[in-house]
Amino acid sequence: MATATRLLSGEDVAKRLEAVPGAVVETAEDWVTLAPEKLVEAARFLHDDRDTDGRFLNGVSGVDRYDYFEVVYHISSLAHNHTLVLKVRADHDEPEVSSVSGVWRGAHLQEREIFDLLGVRFSGHPNLKRMFLWEGFPGHPLRKDFMGLPGGVSPGLKRFPKEDPEQWAGEFRGN
Amino acid sequence: MAIKTEPLVVNIGPQHPSTHGVFRMRVTLDGELITDAEMVIGYLHRSMEKLAEERTWTQNIPFTDRMDYLAAMTGNFAYCITVEKLAGIEVPERAEYLRVIFAELQRIASHAMANGTFVNDCGAWQTPLFYMFREREKILDLFEMTCGARLTLNYMRIGGVAFDIPDEFLPQLQLLVDELPDRFDEYDQLLVDNEILLMRSRDIGIISAEDAMNASLSGPMLRGSGVAWDVRKGDPYGVYDRFDFEIPVGHTGDCFDRFMVRMAEVRQSLSIIKQAMEQLPPGNHCAEVPLNFRPPEGEIYCRIESPKGELGYYLISDGSPFPFRFHVRSPSLINLSALKEMVVGQTVADAIVTLGSIDINVGEVDR
Repeated sequence: MATATRLLSGEDVAKRLEAVPGAVVETAEDWVTLAPEKLVEAARFLHDDRDTDGRFLNGVSGVDRYDYFEVVYHISSLAHNHTLVLKVRADHDEPEVSSVSGVWRGAHLQEREIFDLLGVRFSGHPNLKRMFLWEGFPGHPLRKDFMGLPGGVSPGLKRFPKEDPEQWAGEFRGN
Repeated sequence: MAIKTEPLVVNIGPQHPSTHGVFRMRVTLDGELITDAEMVIGYLHRSMEKLAEERTWTQNIPFTDRMDYLAAMTGNFAYCITVEKLAGIEVPERAEYLRVIFAELQRIASHAMANGTFVNDCGAWQTPLFYMFREREKILDLFEMTCGARLTLNYMRIGGVAFDIPDEFLPQLQLLVDELPDRFDEYDQLLVDNEILLMRSRDIGIISAEDAMNASLSGPMLRGSGVAWDVRKGDPYGVYDRFDFEIPVGHTGDCFDRFMVRMAEVRQSLSIIKQAMEQLPPGNHCAEVPLNFRPPEGEIYCRIESPKGELGYYLISDGSPFPFRFHVRSPSLINLSALKEMVVGQTVADAIVTLGSIDINVGEVDR
C-alpha cells in the first residue's frame, strides 16, 4: 500500500476515452480537455469502467483564464490507486457546462460554489443557486475582472486583469 | 388513524450551539420527522481564495490557519507541501519529522474536540467535553511553547518550519504521550460502554460505503463506512511511508462508527508520534528559500489527510510572486454533500447527532 498514487498521463486517459468517440479535444501531458457536449458521457464512462474505476471525485475547481473559463475535475480510483485530471472549457460571455452531479453526488456542492464565485452555469444541476453569497450579489468575485462592490467601502482590488508577470522581474522583497 | 399535520419549516441555526459555528439547516417537518432538509451556508465566507490571489505565496500561509481553525497545523502542512511540490523545493529531514509530530498532535486535538462536542450533542452535557478539552489544552501548550500561538499557529513555512523546537519540548511531549493512552482508556470506559451514547448514536445517520464514495466523503466519514482509505497510507506525503500504523474502519457507517474511528485514530496518532520522536534526526529546520520566491509556471493538485478528511490544494502559478488560482478542496464542505440523504426520515434530535458526527468546521466550509 505504501506507494504513491499514480497520475495517469493525458495520453493514457485519451486512450481509455476512445470508447466515447469525439470526447477528447486536446491531450496535454497530465490532463485531457474534453468536448463540453461529451462531458457527462465521458464522466459516466470513467466512473463505470472497470479498469479506470473513477468512482471517487476528489474535487471540482473553476479557473478564470481571461478568454475562457476552465472547469477542472480531479478523479481517482481508491482500488487501483491512480488519479486523472479532466478539463472542460466554457465560453467567457455565456459560460455553461453540463453538470456531473448525476454521476458523482459529491460534485453537487462544488458546482454550486463555482456558479456562485465564478458565474459558470451548470445545466442539469438540481439546485443551482448562490451558496456563499446572497441572491442579488452583483457579480462573481473570483472572476479576474471583479474589482470589488460598486460604491462599496473597500477601495477595490489591486490586481488588474491581464497583468504582465514581467513587471515583477525587478527587486521584490517578498517571503 | 394517523393524524394529518401541516408541514412545518424550522430553521436550526445559524446561532445554535449544536451547529458548531454559524451553520444553518432549514428543515421541513412532518410532526417530528424531517421530510426535507437544506443547508444554508456562507455566514463565515471571507473570500480567501480571492484574497490569496493578491498576496505572495508566503503571505498566504496565515489564511490556511483560519480555514480549519481547530486544525491549523494540517492546513499549513497541506499548503506548504503543495507549494514545495510545485516549485520543487527539498525539505530538510528534521523539518519533515517535526511536521509529522505537529500534524499528529493536531489530529489528536481536533479529534478530541470532535468527539467531545459529538457526545455533547448526544446529551452528555459538558462533562466529557471538558475532559477532552483538558487533553487538547496540553497539546496547545506544546504549540505555544514552540511557536507562541495556540490556535492560529502559522508555524510551517515553504521549505520547512518556522522555528526549531525548544529544549523542554521533547520531555513534555514524552510525558503527554505516556499519559494520553490511559486517559483515552478512561474515556472508552466512560463513553463507549455507555448505554445512552449507544442508543443515541447507533444506527443513526447511516451511509453505505458506495454512497460515501459517490458523495466524495473522506476522512473518518469514509472510514466509518468501511472503506479503508487514508491518504497517509494510500498516497504517502512527507515521511509518512516510514511509520507503521493502521487504518481503523467502521462497519455500518453510523454515527457511532465515526465516533469510534476517531477514538481509534487518536491511538494510531500517538503511535506515529512515538516513532517520529525516536527517529527525529538533528539538522536544519528550514530550507533556504529565495527572498524573491516565484514558482515556475504550472499547476498542481496535492492532498493530505487532515483530521476532517482529504484536504487538497489546487494551485496555479503564472510565474509571478502571487498565485494565479488558489483553490481549496475543503473536507468540511464536501463531507456535507450527503447531509440531506442522511437526515431525511430522521427526527430533529437525530439530525443534530448526525451533524455532530460529520465534524464540520464552518471556517473551512465557508472559507
